[in-house]
Amino acid sequence: MSIQVRNLSKSFGDFHALRNVSVDMESGQLTAVLGPSGGGKSTLLRIIAGLEEADRGTVLIDGSDVTNVAARNRGIGFVFQHYAAFTHMTVWDNVAFGLKVAKAPKGKIKARVGELLDLVHLSGLAPRYPAELSGGQRQRMALARALAVEPALLLLDEPFGALDVKVRQELREWLRRLHDEVNTTTIFVTHDQEEAMEISDQIIVINEGRVEQSGTPDTLYDRPVNDFVMGFLGPVTTLGGNLVRPHDIHVSRTAGSAGHPARIERLVSLGFETRLVADPGPGADPVTVQLTRNHIHELALEVGDQVYLSVSAHPARLLTALEG
Amino acid sequence: MRKYVLRYAVLGYLVMLLAVPVFVIAYRTFAHGLSPVWDALSSHAAVNALELSLLITAIAVPINVIFGVATGWFLARRKMPLPWLVNAVINMPFAMSPVIIGLSVFVLYGRTGWIGTYLFAHNIPVLFTWKAMVIATVFVSLPFVVREVVPVLEEIGTEQEQAAQVLGASALQGFFRVTLPAIRWAVVYGTILTVARALGEYGAVNLVSSGFVGQGLTLPLYVDNRVNQLDPTAAYSAGLLLALLSLIILVGMTAFASRRRRQT
Repeated sequence: MSIQVRNLSKSFGDFHALRNVSVDMESGQLTAVLGPSGGGKSTLLRIIAGLEEADRGTVLIDGSDVTNVAARNRGIGFVFQHYAAFTHMTVWDNVAFGLKVAKAPKGKIKARVGELLDLVHLSGLAPRYPAELSGGQRQRMALARALAVEPALLLLDEPFGALDVKVRQELREWLRRLHDEVNTTTIFVTHDQEEAMEISDQIIVINEGRVEQSGTPDTLYDRPVNDFVMGFLGPVTTLGGNLVRPHDIHVSRTAGSAGHPARIERLVSLGFETRLVADPGPGADPVTVQLTRNHIHELALEVGDQVYLSVSAHPARLLTALEG
Repeated sequence: MRKYVLRYAVLGYLVMLLAVPVFVIAYRTFAHGLSPVWDALSSHAAVNALELSLLITAIAVPINVIFGVATGWFLARRKMPLPWLVNAVINMPFAMSPVIIGLSVFVLYGRTGWIGTYLFAHNIPVLFTWKAMVIATVFVSLPFVVREVVPVLEEIGTEQEQAAQVLGASALQGFFRVTLPAIRWAVVYGTILTVARALGEYGAVNLVSSGFVGQGLTLPLYVDNRVNQLDPTAAYSAGLLLALLSLIILVGMTAFASRRRRQT
């Protein structure tokens, strides 16, 4: 199921959540809507779902205009950040809800719910209440509930935002496998670039109500169109007035043609890699460089050493920091 | 040591204030054995008073529960126009003496009142009948369900309702399958408070009652009437019956309150 969003605008009082946003999401893909909080990404998702009304603009699902179609008739699954579990219902009844209101035959409900609980590994917990589940289990239940009605489009609003790091890591991999298995179009909102990079086919970066850039994770990482996207997709540092990635800086003990002299201020071991912070002299910000531990040993680098920094042969992107 | 003194002082105060008077009524009621009590309670006037009280409660409580849940929902979901005004009107019975509420019903439904003029012209008697007493009771017991339901609705938020919506539920299905079950203890608790208030109401119904013994008196009005008519056995018996009903409500309330705590 493909989605086209055209010229969407939405304000809450004086706050412009979305300003003239147009994006396309292709059928069968896993799309991440990425951006800082308050940037408008959740509003975009909620308008696609029909939970929020746009001030202007249209939403097309598979080419047909659904702008004025009620949420319950859009055939979508929605997963909320805080699960929105029906607290007075058991896990089983939560998952069965969509089928029950659609008046599906009892036998079909039983088979489908059983199948979904297997899929999310909650079969043993079917008679429990949401209050008796962990956060990760509750979110898996919410996902099964959304999938019960066989939506062609699955929307997830910061689905793992309220979970701890380890569970989040597990669930995101699991979401990717699930997406491939059930073969829906999936859109999820996140402020975690790593999450977006790791599992999505396409990323749409939204900031201050505008689409900054959209494309594959590699495109966005390697060819960001502006400083914001570059900074949001990964770590950045400045060298000689240019914005670069810390792993794109070459460190040398001898002055080359374009080497910036700097003094090593700190060496922080991060396991396989080491972060080097160097002071290029008065008036310039410290430069952060990411090196492998082996490289540090080869050069026998110590705090206080004089080094020369240059951007390595194929930089991800160069931008003058003053430009934006 | 000091904390025990304070504790027992508070307990003693409560016993003096509440338990002793109830005990005295019970003691006086049965001073001459069971049979005078049975005679007093099975008299036509007493039975009629109990029936009238139950009738008024049975009509006023469902009205207030339905209205209270609906109003509470509109208020909590910010869909109510002029919410400050609606809140003020709903809270009025808390602030205002029931006599004034009774008086307003009296004025409104009287022969020259705005509504009364119409009713009398069409020969529909309301004032001095059980209907006026129901109206007065509805008014004085108006706030209880609303005030219980609004905070719970605000606490559970709108996410569950939205989840029901995207799963294909209509607004009504969402309300009855998701919202109402989620607030059920608040509704039950508010209902019990409403019943207690409706059964015990005196001031407001007093003003709109016909005052005829065996026809227009609720249980509290009947107790008052018997005291004034120097019929202590009937007064004590009816009073004890009223206290007993309150006790049942109190026990129910406590049971539900602890259940509600466990659930959240």
